[in-house]
Amino acid sequence: MDAARASANSDDTFAKLMRLNAWVRGERPAFRLKEFGIWRTWTWNEAYRETRALAQGFADLGLERGDRMAVAGANRPKLYWSICAAQMLGAIPVPLYADSVAEEIAAVLEVAGAKLIVVQDQEQVDKMLTILPTLRSVERVLYEEPRGMEDYDDPRLAALDDVIASGRARVAEAKLSQAMDARIDEGRGSDPSVILFTSGTTGRSKGVVLSGERCIAAARDTVAFDNLTDRDEVLAYLPLAWVGDHYLNYAQGFVAGFCMACPESAATAAEDLREIGPTYHFAPPRVFEQLLTRVTIRMADASAFKRWLFQHFMSVARRWGETIVNRQPVPILARLHYMLGSLLIFEPLKNTLGFSRIRVAYTAGEAIGADLFAFYRSLGLNLKQLYGQTEAFLYVTAQADGAVRSDTVGPPAPNVVLRLAADGEVQFKSPGQFVDYFGEPEKTAETMTPDGFVRTGDAGVIEPDGQLKILDRAKDVGRLSNGQLFAPKYIENKLKFFANIREAVALGDKHDFVAVLINIELVAVGAWAERNGVSYASYQELAGRPEVAELVKRHVEAVNKALSQEPAMAGAQIRRFLILPKELDADDGELTRTQKVRRRFIAERYAPMVEGLFSGAAEASISAEITFEDGRKGRLEGRALIHEPQTFGLAPMPRARVAA
Amino acid sequence: MSEEPLLSLQNVSLAFGGVKAITDVSFDIRKGEIRAIIGPNGAGKTSMLNVVNGFYHPQAGEITYQGKTRRRMKPHEAAAQGIARTFQNVALFKGMTTLDNIMTGRGLRMHRGLFWQALRFGPARREEIEHRKVCEEIIDFLEIEAIRKTPVGKLPYGLQKRVELGRALAMEPKLLLLDEPMAGMNREEKEDMSRFIVAANRQFGTTVALIEHDIGVVMDLSDRVVVLEYGRKIADGTPDEVKADPNVIAAYLGVAH
Repeated sequence: MDAARASANSDDTFAKLMRLNAWVRGERPAFRLKEFGIWRTWTWNEAYRETRALAQGFADLGLERGDRMAVAGANRPKLYWSICAAQMLGAIPVPLYADSVAEEIAAVLEVAGAKLIVVQDQEQVDKMLTILPTLRSVERVLYEEPRGMEDYDDPRLAALDDVIASGRARVAEAKLSQAMDARIDEGRGSDPSVILFTSGTTGRSKGVVLSGERCIAAARDTVAFDNLTDRDEVLAYLPLAWVGDHYLNYAQGFVAGFCMACPESAATAAEDLREIGPTYHFAPPRVFEQLLTRVTIRMADASAFKRWLFQHFMSVARRWGETIVNRQPVPILARLHYMLGSLLIFEPLKNTLGFSRIRVAYTAGEAIGADLFAFYRSLGLNLKQLYGQTEAFLYVTAQADGAVRSDTVGPPAPNVVLRLAADGEVQFKSPGQFVDYFGEPEKTAETMTPDGFVRTGDAGVIEPDGQLKILDRAKDVGRLSNGQLFAPKYIENKLKFFANIREAVALGDKHDFVAVLINIELVAVGAWAERNGVSYASYQELAGRPEVAELVKRHVEAVNKALSQEPAMAGAQIRRFLILPKELDADDGELTRTQKVRRRFIAERYAPMVEGLFSGAAEASISAEITFEDGRKGRLEGRALIHEPQTFGLAPMPRARVAA
Repeated sequence: MSEEPLLSLQNVSLAFGGVKAITDVSFDIRKGEIRAIIGPNGAGKTSMLNVVNGFYHPQAGEITYQGKTRRRMKPHEAAAQGIARTFQNVALFKGMTTLDNIMTGRGLRMHRGLFWQALRFGPARREEIEHRKVCEEIIDFLEIEAIRKTPVGKLPYGLQKRVELGRALAMEPKLLLLDEPMAGMNREEKEDMSRFIVAANRQFGTTVALIEHDIGVVMDLSDRVVVLEYGRKIADGTPDEVKADPNVIAAYLGVAH
């Protein structure tokens, strides 16, 4: 093949990268899919051929340079090839969240103006058909799985396999084949490569435009950072539309040339993970937490001897695991003890979880509990944290091997410039930085600083070792009346890591001190109450028990102790707290549907209690008429004692307002 | 759907000692249709299915299946001729996995002897791969990939019912008898099950005869309905005809005296 051309100009778009992979490692596995219970593999050569056939098929349907093409479905090789095929033509793929409802998809497609839509199955077809009447831009909808499609006769529908078949026949002609090569060569790295819509949890979703050369530059940096090669393998199970999937699987996969294995279905992902045994893995903290819960439950059911064995070696792991993972010197006996644990417990456990071959694993997205994080690290799993966002093409910071902490997200990733604004907001410039928000220049202007940094909207601090610590959304961060930085979510998260605390609402902006409303976790505290002979009939009664208050107080004091050791946070220790007599509930509007506390709303609804906390009263009560979301009215009634936990290294509480 | 009957019963009567379970009932099941048998408790519905698949032998009457008329047929003969069924109370091998349970549905179609199968060698191995493929297609069809390797005893009831349907489908039956496939299910499970029954009927052309208590489901699913009461046929026709039949209304709602 034309090697000179390949080396000069072959790696600034994903289409060129795919071609390069077919040339360089054509017989290496590129994609796998479990179908009918069997893993099927495509090499880079095969994937490249299929993608060219698809691209020809799309071109024959009228897809041109600059057009948008939406993709909706689970992780399937053919959907990844569709994305790459669109890129071959210079069209811009727009992956959609498969579980979005029709209206959300309509809103995105309205902005993106897609000409073609490629979907996985009948479910997605049905969704598209309901919104097509309002979308004039869409010309065709192609579906991957023909199942259940027999009775559909909309002329805009066609099977993706038919498109591949006709494209395959056409692109075999010499003339069209050359034209396809030319199209790939014409693609410029600065062209838009993909539009990823933000999930919209913090407002309406925006289409983030990323260019090929920037995506590839960012992926190249991090592939080198973690020494990823074409011998690595991932399980591609993250949503197609999420930057994490497009980065960790697609971009890094294309750059390093490793294999993306697609699970049979979302429900089988855990099983598929075990079978594939990826070497590189990402999962949000929630998933790691669920896995640990499963392990804990199964160990609780195991025989006494096995339980003892597990606990014994887990304590060895806690003592030495971290040091061993970090390759620091360890006494020889401890090392032998740990090796025995590996043989008996750690390796079998990792095998069960599908973690046996993992070299590098990341977690991100929310705060992870120190114990949870340490559990996996101590097993010998190289779990690290990163921080990023769609606008950066994921990576802003990432922890290096051997320099890992549970409460930080690492130093700036290679070639990323990071700074903190005066109000604590994290701002960055990165190689993968986005081009703009699609069709929304005013939003782009809002997000960029005049000197070209991207505002993240997150507040953070940089630790002495150079690692970034994310505190909260910048707009939620406040200050106490003495000027002390107050990051409510940071404090709440620390509290919520205790199993007995389900929710916490930290208040303190413009107040003299920090006070907290707490919800206990009924299951955990209930079990504790049973063991300790504390009787109760309801949540309200349990929440009011002095023994429970004592238990929670110990947790709050532990949090205070931890806060006191952080220079930026020491002044924001919790002075007073109460346990709410009612469980916070999304149905009552107190939590969002994704179970996040609506702090301002709660502060208003429970105003008398909040007043009690800040006025210095010994107890507070509430009795108010409230209207629920569905229009029902109800009475909110209850009282709670106010507790004052110990603080560490702080001056005594200002007593001026204890007059009440 | 054709007019040609796949199975017809003429004047069938069945009694246990002095108890008459079925009295002089005639009806047919056409090729490719979904046929429902309904009726109040004790109407003789399950007995009817048992007669069809040869588990009970009627004292009087004739059964014509695929053009052959006979009075007696053993269950394994019925199975060999393409009649599969599921049971009111799930009857699976609880300790075996979903896949293995469905594989048992292929038993009649395996031709190599036990010896070859145990060796898993040569033709027996090829045969097993062939059968496994059919089972995997059924697993895909019923969307139970996630429980492929789970022992069925650990599964919730609704899924066990689905596995049982899978085992019946693995026989590639001409006639599928379903005894209360949706009993004890919640609304969502019922909708799933209905979807699978209709899809099996359309995609594989399987003729279905089912007993069901949920009248709404029956009226939605079936092409024709036969209504039994105290072992006698009181109505037979399309769902709309049956719904309007005064005898049926009386049987279900009672009559004014």
